[in-house]
Amino acid sequence: MIGAAALALIVAIALMLIRALSGPTLYDRVLAVNSLGTKIILLLGVIGFLTGRPDFLDISILYALINFVATIAILKFFRYRSFQVSLSRRGKDGA
Amino acid sequence: MIETVFEYWNAFRPALGSALLLVGAILAVIGTIGVLRFPDFYTRLHAASVTDTSAATLAILGMALLAPSFAVVIKLAVVWLFLFLTGPTSSHALANAAHTAGLQPMIGRLGESDGGDE
Amino acid sequence: MGYFLGLIVVLTALWTGLSGEYTLTKPLIASLGAISILLSAILAYRFDILDREGSPYGRIVQLMLYWAWLLVEIFKANWVVIKACLRSTLDINPALVKVKTGCESDLARTVFANSITLTPGTVSVEVEGNKILVHALYEDSAGPGAFDEMDRRSREASDGKGKA
Repeated sequence: MIGAAALALIVAIALMLIRALSGPTLYDRVLAVNSLGTKIILLLGVIGFLTGRPDFLDISILYALINFVATIAILKFFRYRSFQVSLSRRGKDGA
Repeated sequence: MIETVFEYWNAFRPALGSALLLVGAILAVIGTIGVLRFPDFYTRLHAASVTDTSAATLAILGMALLAPSFAVVIKLAVVWLFLFLTGPTSSHALANAAHTAGLQPMIGRLGESDGGDE
Repeated sequence: MGYFLGLIVVLTALWTGLSGEYTLTKPLIASLGAISILLSAILAYRFDILDREGSPYGRIVQLMLYWAWLLVEIFKANWVVIKACLRSTLDINPALVKVKTGCESDLARTVFANSITLTPGTVSVEVEGNKILVHALYEDSAGPGAFDEMDRRSREASDGKGKA
């Protein structure tokens, strides 16, 4: 049953790759890669339980951290074409 | 009395855990189908958030029921907390970036003639 | 100073939970943990992010209660989106609406906007002052008054009942 769950997650990842490769706009691709990351986090945990080594969860925590930072960094780069811009807008609004 | 309850619980726990895990994985597939079917970027964002919220919650709950020790449960809780804190932030960043770049959403009722192009 | 201590307590709990060292029998690992916790807290102080938003642990009970309420809402909203994904003919009705919020502080506004995004079917696109631009999968799920309860609860959870 855990194997079936892993298989379903792999199918979801494969389907999401179609969207990442064919997505018409840049944002579709970033969305697909971000969602792919969430599924990979779950898959890493499932692999850990499948092989009886829950240490895989450490890798999945790390993947969650990197996935978030990568999404924000890609979006920031395509908006400002540079990483050297401050994102904080203190005092302007609460965004 | 209380020991028999614990025994039943321990016999029942792996089955419940793997069932929840399977339901979560199937929800991830459903969310992906939505991402493939929906017609424009903003609607795809809604389908992707199914994976981020309920699929992740159910799968992690299932894994927590399968966990051999309490340290594993804590790690799973950290993963869950982190997914719930960062998920909306990246969704909002994506929507905000697309809106700022001038990507217009489709508005109004959409029948089958507009979508299902995949 | 309260924020600093709160951050240190939370970081210690996180480190203990992740490393599994409850007994402190290995001095090397324990001292490495103490060094990393202190370094993170000092860096947070130097980055000037040790304020009410950076460590909102004073209201952790109210925020947790709000989160429990939000989880129920999330699962209710998930059902709608799952049905929309699986219907054989595509039948959605997307809309962009402006939602007014009564949240005054930045923390309350962030909690409210993130709650909207976290609920499947609605995404907050832009925050301008006290108006939030929301994209919804179904127009009637974002009609007038649909977010009133969420607005009130997130304001009470992050600012308390007395204010606003």
